Amino acid sequence: MEHGKSGPSSWPEMADVVPVPQDDGPSPVVPIAYRDDFREVMDYFRALYCAGERSPRALRLTNEAIELNPANYTVWHFRRLILEALDSDLQEEINFIEKIAECNPKNYQIWHHKRWLAEKLGPGVANREHEFTMKILALDAKNYHAWSHRQWVLQALGGWESELQYCNQLLEEDIFNNSAWNQRYLVITRSPLLGGLMAMRDSEVDFTIEAILANPRNESPWKYLKGLYRGENNLLVADERISDVCLKVLNKDWSCVFALGLLLDLLRLGLQPSDELKAALESTRHCDPEMAGDDFATTVCCILQKYDPLRINYWSWYKSTLSS
Amino acid sequence: MAEEAELAADQHVRYIVTVEKKKDSFESLVMEHIRLNGAYWGLTTLDLLHKLHAVEAAEVVDWIMSCYHPESGGFGGNVGHDPHVLYTLSAVQVLCLFDRLDVLDVEKVADYVAGLQNEDGSFSGDIWGEVDTRFSYIALCTLSLLHRLHKIDVQKAVDFVVSCKNLDGGFGAMPGGESHAGQIFCCVGALAITGSLHHIDRDRLGWWLCERQCKDGGLNGRPEKLADVCYSWWVLSSLIMIDRVHWIDKKNLTKFILNCQDKENGGISDRPDNAVDIYHTYFGVAGLSLMEYPGVKPMDPAYALPLDVVNRIFLRK
Repeated sequence: MEHGKSGPSSWPEMADVVPVPQDDGPSPVVPIAYRDDFREVMDYFRALYCAGERSPRALRLTNEAIELNPANYTVWHFRRLILEALDSDLQEEINFIEKIAECNPKNYQIWHHKRWLAEKLGPGVANREHEFTMKILALDAKNYHAWSHRQWVLQALGGWESELQYCNQLLEEDIFNNSAWNQRYLVITRSPLLGGLMAMRDSEVDFTIEAILANPRNESPWKYLKGLYRGENNLLVADERISDVCLKVLNKDWSCVFALGLLLDLLRLGLQPSDELKAALESTRHCDPEMAGDDFATTVCCILQKYDPLRINYWSWYKSTLSS
Repeated sequence: MAEEAELAADQHVRYIVTVEKKKDSFESLVMEHIRLNGAYWGLTTLDLLHKLHAVEAAEVVDWIMSCYHPESGGFGGNVGHDPHVLYTLSAVQVLCLFDRLDVLDVEKVADYVAGLQNEDGSFSGDIWGEVDTRFSYIALCTLSLLHRLHKIDVQKAVDFVVSCKNLDGGFGAMPGGESHAGQIFCCVGALAITGSLHHIDRDRLGWWLCERQCKDGGLNGRPEKLADVCYSWWVLSSLIMIDRVHWIDKKNLTKFILNCQDKENGGISDRPDNAVDIYHTYFGVAGLSLMEYPGVKPMDPAYALPLDVVNRIFLRK
């Protein structure tokens, strides 16, 4: 509680309330020692909660309890019951919850309360919710709660218009942001304003390749690229841009595990390497006499075992699938 | 550091037994409403270290039942807190540790959980309606431990979990949600418990999971994030359930977990040199259990309980 602020025992409106102490049971298993101010607020909370009171003073008390421990879900439940009973101004409540959420951006109860409010208020608050999640993501662009909330608002209340642009902006700020890549996929596949995955695929491949070439050691775009062709391996293999980007990256850096991994997948799916790719793989083979008799896919597996030793068992397994 | 790190088991036991007696600790205050979860983390760790007898079983059971709401059949996070599936699962799991499921009105508890299933097969956490694949796992785990899975629409529950599968083979909290190791554990666990692992592309997911291993040997929860000890459980148990755990480097992960210990005062933190807490102490020891660390009991990756406890539930009827 704020310094100098006085507890509920000194509030005039609480004069008739008898505080209820915590009942830890006969012999507490893991007794928790409480601070006095915390104890006081919770003793008064318990009194009003047990009495089932729905009043302005009860609402004010939940403010205090939330400030002390915003993760206390029972207090949030009680607050919602009061808000409903008093038919409170929920726009005001949005102001309240936004302030608390800013200070506690990873708190499940707060985000759920936000959703509960938005559900009640409807599509009219969509923009405000999007502005808010944008604010939170500006501080932590990977906040899972914020993303969940944003996705829910989009699908329940709308606001798709500028979402792809928002993804672009986030990726410009940090091309490594996996959450932004995930959101991009959501927009491409589910936005009612775009044409869907098949219509967007071509431009998305170009976008992703550009991102890869700028920062090859970035897990997300490689996964995204494969994801664009999910369930259509023949198209993945047939799109020359895919094998091209692998070769481009490898020509600069043969230790790039992501490029090697994708190349391996393509080879296993039946990619017929271009002359340029063949030459690059041949020259790698010549560096290591052990690889002499291997096919290209096995060669790439061996390279991966060397450059990604943490996952050596995975690459050994992958190699074993090639011979079958 | 020349010597090999070791598990400071005695110190961790001492830490768990005394932690909540500390006056005014920040951890105590913020954990008051989730004390049941804390009990599960602490007591399961004690059992894994063969020290469950350090606490008095009857006292624990009494206290757990004081968190029970007979009208609804659910458990709150502490005395005087509203029921929620999060604490209901922890209550059932702790009662399993002590082999005291007999104190439960099993039908009532099972009905509480089953009543939270929604039309689309998902589960709400409580009457307020928050939906998350965490609650799918929790509901299925609870009902399975109570032998009451038949009270829900299992197929729909499975369908909802499968609808949260992403292009990378992982799972999120809701359909379209980013793949996250914690959510993946929940979804894989849910599918394991319901005999539905065939919905998973094991190679694709196994690859995503083993990519979580960072250069420091630890595991992260999503691409481009830092390693954290708790992922030693979420990622590892998922890998075991899909039979791909040999794809991570166990030696380096073990080293990472052991480096997160406070070897003087006990407890394990999220990453080396940070403050310890009960949550990470449990996940660190659980991760070591999954890697068969000597002196630590083996664990069931789906039910998140010691193997002997799970065997007792399912092999004795």
